[in-house]
Amino acid sequence: MNYWPLLGVAVIVIGFALRFNAVPVVVCAALVSGLLAGLHVPDLLALLGKSFVSSRMLLMFVLTLPAIGLLERAGLREHAQQWMARLRGMTLARLLIGYLLVREVLATLGLMGVAGHAQTVRPLLAPMSEAAAEKILPTLNDDDRDELRAIAAATDNVGRFFGEDVFIALGAVLLIQGFYAQHGIELTPLAIALWALPTAIVAFVIQSVRIWRYQRRLQRRATPLRNEQGG
Amino acid sequence: MLHIEYTYWLIAAFLIYVAWRNLRDGQGSRAAFWLLLGLLFAGGDYVLAQQKAGNSLPAQVAGAMVIALALLAPRLRRHAHVDTVSTEQRLASALRLGHKLFMPALLIPLVTLVAALFGAHLSVAGHALFATPQMTLTGLALACVIALFAATYVARAPLHQGLSEGRRLLDAIGWAALLPLLLAALGEVFTQSGVGAAIAALANAILPEGSAFACLLVFALGMVLFTVIMGNAFAAFPVMMAGIGLPLLIQQYGAHPAILGAMGMLCGYCGTLLTPMAADYNLVPAALLELRSPYGVIRAQFWSAVMIFVATFMMMWLLVFR
Repeated sequence: MNYWPLLGVAVIVIGFALRFNAVPVVVCAALVSGLLAGLHVPDLLALLGKSFVSSRMLLMFVLTLPAIGLLERAGLREHAQQWMARLRGMTLARLLIGYLLVREVLATLGLMGVAGHAQTVRPLLAPMSEAAAEKILPTLNDDDRDELRAIAAATDNVGRFFGEDVFIALGAVLLIQGFYAQHGIELTPLAIALWALPTAIVAFVIQSVRIWRYQRRLQRRATPLRNEQGG
Repeated sequence: MLHIEYTYWLIAAFLIYVAWRNLRDGQGSRAAFWLLLGLLFAGGDYVLAQQKAGNSLPAQVAGAMVIALALLAPRLRRHAHVDTVSTEQRLASALRLGHKLFMPALLIPLVTLVAALFGAHLSVAGHALFATPQMTLTGLALACVIALFAATYVARAPLHQGLSEGRRLLDAIGWAALLPLLLAALGEVFTQSGVGAAIAALANAILPEGSAFACLLVFALGMVLFTVIMGNAFAAFPVMMAGIGLPLLIQQYGAHPAILGAMGMLCGYCGTLLTPMAADYNLVPAALLELRSPYGVIRAQFWSAVMIFVATFMMMWLLVFR
């Protein structure tokens, strides 16, 4: 067993820990691992180039930027915030948990590309969350705003990941089925997807409780403020 | 018929436009960076076709271009994006346009949804509208174009204004946009270099004999750790399964394959929530949302991931050895 290629992993860990620019760190790690595994330089270059262009779909979000940028210039985020502030009964927790539910159900049906960080979180969910949080605590500082946006992004991730694994027609389930089929164990996709359901439910509950507890924290911080105003 | 390749050409055209705008502003490094990336997108299909035909020279050139991108990236200093219009102007515009502003934004998910659900049945003059591979992504690209035109209509702004707003957003994201692709390539290089096999061998070496629980724990933690390293549970799964899951858990201890597979994969997903290596879910959103810390999203989901992992592991432990 050749353990030397593991040094590529060490390059990643050290590079991220020292907060170097991630792009050269990743490329260095690939070169280190490949060279220590005994790949020749031309083969390594070809492997790097081929795998890079094979995953071009990961830059799809770039195409949303012109439309989103134009709408933001025309006041999309401001409007989302104002609308959110006017909606009675729409609390931060209800907004985020509602989004989580829709996102997870859509992912369960295989509709992962429908929502996402560029398509829905930046233009809609993040500003709405900020407005909903301002209804609770009008004196949000920059740290709060960063945390709120991060929670909105995290909610999107949790909904997507743990819904996706229940969907039978692509991705995870087919990978699992394919692996077993190669090794002589025949399973139907449904039999695998079914066992992703408990975690899908647990993930929904855990993320919802955490969102609700965050809202409670904001409310607790707001109470002394309100008492001051009242008194 | 709309192929996924057209989408890549569209992205390439936009990247080259961004390069040209940066060049005009005297931002040489930025211009070179986006131009190289644009060329990689435009030439990607040629590279793959030549590689399949046995000519790996274009792929080698692409690899050299990737290294050039890595050298350029540190010269792109991230700058916060500067608004071209004042908050007051945007508020006034928001009041004037109202809910109409939502329409183009919602068109992106809606058109994508329609393409995903009915794309296979849509046809124009007897020709299928979408090519079947990657139909949802092609639909998303179409949705973005439609939404851009709708946005110019709603905001009564010229098309080039949309493009230059898109350029400003992309420059604000900067090199972080490149990470998902690079990490996917790194995963491929790791696999080819035998990093996976080495880790599986190490996991086997520390594995205690005769305890099904310990074996399951090493398997589950291995899925998390390996996903954290590779940034992708799909890369971790075959390695951990071949190393521990299949020979020990299933064949020796009689674990239920469907449960082990599904829940083992989900343990890996918890790792995805924890790692900067899953850049498209964790680092790109941080840049997109203009968080001051690139690790803000990971911090926000850390405890969710830990709790989901613990719950999934307990369920797996209770169910898998029935």
